Amino acid sequence: MSSSTDFLLALENVTVSFDGFKAVNALNLYIDKNELRVIIGPNGAGKTTVLDLICGRTKVTEGSIKFKDQEITGLKEHQIVRRGIGRKFQTPSIYEDLTVFENLEISVPRGRDVAGALFWKRTSEVIERVREIARMIFLEEHLDRLAETLSHGQKQWLEIGMLLMQDPELLMLDEPVAGMSVSERARTAELLELVSKGRSVIVIEHDMKFVESIADRVTVLHQGKVLAEGSMATIQDNAQVKEVYLGH
Amino acid sequence: MSVALKNNRNLELIGFALIAVVILVVLPLLLDNFRLNLVGKYLTYAFAAVGLVLCWGYTGILSLGQGVFFGLGGYCMAMFLKLEASSVANTKIQSTPGIPDFMDWNQITELPFFWVPFKSLTFTIIAIVAVPMLMAFIVSVAMFKRRVGGVYFAIITQALAAVMTILIVGQQGYTGGINGITDLRTLLGWDIRTDHAKFVLYFVCSGLLLASMLLARAVIKSKLGRILVAVRDKEDRVRFSGYDVANFKIFVFCLASGIAAIGGAMFTLQVGFMSPSFVGIVPSIDMVIFCAVGGRHSLVGAVIGTLLVNWGKTLFSESFPELWLFAMGGLFIAIVLAFPRGLAGLMTDQILPWIERLRGTRPTHPGAAPSAAPAE
Repeated sequence: MSSSTDFLLALENVTVSFDGFKAVNALNLYIDKNELRVIIGPNGAGKTTVLDLICGRTKVTEGSIKFKDQEITGLKEHQIVRRGIGRKFQTPSIYEDLTVFENLEISVPRGRDVAGALFWKRTSEVIERVREIARMIFLEEHLDRLAETLSHGQKQWLEIGMLLMQDPELLMLDEPVAGMSVSERARTAELLELVSKGRSVIVIEHDMKFVESIADRVTVLHQGKVLAEGSMATIQDNAQVKEVYLGH
Repeated sequence: MSVALKNNRNLELIGFALIAVVILVVLPLLLDNFRLNLVGKYLTYAFAAVGLVLCWGYTGILSLGQGVFFGLGGYCMAMFLKLEASSVANTKIQSTPGIPDFMDWNQITELPFFWVPFKSLTFTIIAIVAVPMLMAFIVSVAMFKRRVGGVYFAIITQALAAVMTILIVGQQGYTGGINGITDLRTLLGWDIRTDHAKFVLYFVCSGLLLASMLLARAVIKSKLGRILVAVRDKEDRVRFSGYDVANFKIFVFCLASGIAAIGGAMFTLQVGFMSPSFVGIVPSIDMVIFCAVGGRHSLVGAVIGTLLVNWGKTLFSESFPELWLFAMGGLFIAIVLAFPRGLAGLMTDQILPWIERLRGTRPTHPGAAPSAAPAE
């Protein structure tokens, strides 16, 4: 397998073991530019671990992860973020004691060192950008509210918005619709459609209806390995996938 | 909540003004020189409490070792004053004239190398802030770069306070040991023991405290301040927004330590000595209590908390000295259980909304400008 590719992200032979338990085992995964990839799989399949590996939260035991053809294993989390990878956590991970505006402002990809933060100016450009993103995530009316007062769905959107502020080339979302109402799910699907334009997105999701509504390609993980990969239709017809996951 | 938020902004400025008036005008008019000097001493602890608001209240880093930085600042000041008090003329009865008396008692015959630069006042003033900050820098880099935080960090800082006391007490010849550095007399020839000097020093101390509060406020109001709150709420999120979280924690811990150190130096000047009993675990925890009682999210609250607890301590320990420590412990537990946001929180969350209700006004949403006031 050639290691110089056009892929935006390439995981090759990636293994991570926790005390001998291989949560991810010799995994190969390639993400194209502008692709929206959904990863599904039963509990414990290693889906979240894969995201943790890509964003540097968990260290790779073996193998290589290349982003834009550059090795990113061993970089610190903030360095990986600065290369252009954004990650949303499973539970809404926002700053409850700050307003929606401030949550978004902190995510502006400038002034990220101590001095830059100390002498930060809230320019009209920043305010404009915050408003633009707030419109996308349906929170324009709520900019001055404390984030803790938002509903669960709104918090999820806010975190997606914070990632959009960073304008990453690769966006990774861990169960973005978990705990959302039906109407919120529909809006989130719309939102994902919108944000996936011009960037690659990896989504981990359990909700098969939601997966059907957004996926280009689906990867099924099972016991730390890729079980199947392809369009939604081929995945749903795959006998193995049915057995370990969909059939249940 | 919106009421608290809106009021917080105005209230903070009112609080600042109020504190300034009380410290600079009311207390000097009301109190005799002895009591005023006592308040001056309390105010030096308030520096440490202001630092704790930054690192504990805003960033969530509980330090149980602020006494170390307070003490280092105080010792730096004391070293300069001691050298000035130990002129050859003053110490001619010693076997080695010209060195501090306690060194002579410990058979040291030459001024140790690290004492020599403290003959210069300029060096001393820089060292008062730089030495504690350097120490804080080393500790915080070692801890935060390795992601040691929370209760582990608190324990390490507490251990540091214990180590520092043992070191000072053990190295009697170099530090004055358990007695500390005593018998300080003049600052560049100006006798600091007179009533007039104490009166002047009180105002210097108050001015520096207000300046430190303004500095802390500037930091809190900047984007850095909001990042500190963000770190407290969701450290990982900050990291995955592209920030090197450790650097921000190091910054705020060093800043808090530097501010505490100024307090220590003012303590030495006003009280006239420095000893390991202001360095160790007990004073460090006292400082946390001052901050908690006043409200760890409020700079004004921290100062008020410091003054009230110390005033209570003085009143109480004059009548029941043996009970004071129990009262202090009980107070801390009560505050944590009943008013986790301290007196300042009581004011913004309970009393003001109550007054507002009494006046029959409806709570309104905060204004258009986003506020950085943290609320829980």
